[in-house]
Amino acid sequence: MLDTGNRLHEIIRKDEEGLLKDWIALQANTSGRRMTAVEEKQLQTNAGEFLAMMRQASQEGGYDISKPEWSGVRDFLTQLSAARARAGSTPVETAMFVFSLKEPLFNRLRRESKDAETLADESWKATLLLDRLGLLTMEAFQKSREEVIARQQQELLELSTPVVRLWDNILALPLIGTLDSARTQVVMQNLLEAIVQTRSDIAVIDITGVPTVDTLVAQHLLKTVAAARLMGADCIISGIRPQIAQTIIHLGVNLEDVTTKATLADAFAVALKRTGYGVFRLKNSGGNASQEA
Amino acid sequence: MEAQKSETHEIRTSQDVVSVRQAVRRLAVEMGFNLVDQTKIVTASSELARNTLDYGGGGSATIQSVRNGSRPGLRIIFEDEGPGIPDIALALKDGFTTGGGMGLGLGGAKRLSSEFEIDSEPGHGTRVTILRWKGL
Amino acid sequence: MERIPILKMGQFLLVTIQVDMHDRLALTLQDDLTEQIVKSRAHGVLIDISALEMVDSFIGRMLSNIANMARLLDAQTVVVGMQPSVAITLVELGLPMKGIRTALDVEKGMQTLRMYLGMNDHGQDGDGSAEI
Repeated sequence: MLDTGNRLHEIIRKDEEGLLKDWIALQANTSGRRMTAVEEKQLQTNAGEFLAMMRQASQEGGYDISKPEWSGVRDFLTQLSAARARAGSTPVETAMFVFSLKEPLFNRLRRESKDAETLADESWKATLLLDRLGLLTMEAFQKSREEVIARQQQELLELSTPVVRLWDNILALPLIGTLDSARTQVVMQNLLEAIVQTRSDIAVIDITGVPTVDTLVAQHLLKTVAAARLMGADCIISGIRPQIAQTIIHLGVNLEDVTTKATLADAFAVALKRTGYGVFRLKNSGGNASQEA
Repeated sequence: MEAQKSETHEIRTSQDVVSVRQAVRRLAVEMGFNLVDQTKIVTASSELARNTLDYGGGGSATIQSVRNGSRPGLRIIFEDEGPGIPDIALALKDGFTTGGGMGLGLGGAKRLSSEFEIDSEPGHGTRVTILRWKGL
Repeated sequence: MERIPILKMGQFLLVTIQVDMHDRLALTLQDDLTEQIVKSRAHGVLIDISALEMVDSFIGRMLSNIANMARLLDAQTVVVGMQPSVAITLVELGLPMKGIRTALDVEKGMQTLRMYLGMNDHGQDGDGSAEI
């Protein structure tokens, strides 16, 4: 077994520079566009490093990439994939880093092999090895994409639940999109924190932007109202569209102790009144033009 | 899933209930749980520790930090040699109580945890396991 | 034996819970409070739980008991200072906390009590807190 493993590292060692040159040339072509000087330099560095590591790993660990001797190569590829994923490369471009090594490698194998059987055997082992390494890059690529998505989802969650101070003691929470349990946690946290900081007495939760209200969404809403109450703030739910009103009645959701209004404006008016404010016109045209909200 | 850290506490007095939840809080802080998640697992632990004391005649709580791949979790196992629970489904329903209390212990602990497991038979004691995975 | 101190503030009583309570302490508090309400003819009780990092069903029950007993003695109870993470957990736990008024802090709690006592005849509730 040591014999065949050594072939690969021998092949690489015999003409590492030439191999590197051919390999890089192929990669430059497959990307379909001209590389910038920076990209070229980066590629030279990466390819050179990778080839050297491969030579050493195949010398010490044969063709089995799961062996500890190959861990350096695996880590290198994983990091390279992640970096390329972040930079916006496609998974194919990243995998081609490995696959494009096949052609120059097999050319040299053919030159060095004594007979057809040895050539076939060596080629097969080499292609299996490179296939596994190529798949590794795709796996790593996938994983880092998933991490980006997860992080973006979290950011979106935080951004899409702002709490707005409408007036002294009055907060507004305009909900846009569906209210699932993960979102409800964020909503509750943001709302309660705002209540503490602004010492508000009333929070208007506007659900105009919530597309559907089913039993679960209603439960989440009620939870949020209950949590605000525990902090000493009353809630008014606004944005109750006719369809939502029907759904709520049909579902038998108990909204008895919660004030509801059709529009945010109505809710604001009620909130002002409750907190002891009135609204009046400045230029009164005779008499008491105080327009109580 | 192996435990990386494990400590067992006896639950024989009401002071032990306090000790258990303080120990859970300590480990949750150490593991970097956010405040809300900390509070949830501590509260769930308090409920179950109290159940162990009041209905199980005393027992133990084993607090462990575990790992599933790259995800850390906090697991607590409550065990007692008490009378056991004849109807688990009923016990999990809110409001159920045999002792005149509020009866929220089991159902509540379940709602506050990522995972919940209960093993109980009349005459064979009770074991309740709760686990909270670390959030983002 | 340790006891939780009860402060008299005008016609109100203020209790600040700062320790992780065990059963006996909670029962003692209930006894002490009812005694104090009668003794000082208080009409309002403020329970400050801002130092509590956790409220489980036992503590919830205790608060309910206090509120109910106080009401029988013609005194209103307001629980103040609940921490956000505690509120979120309580809601998830499903603790009904019936008959317990809450307010953000001692100041708002007193406002609530004053409003309630002042508007007793009208039976209307003011701002700042709501009955759960």
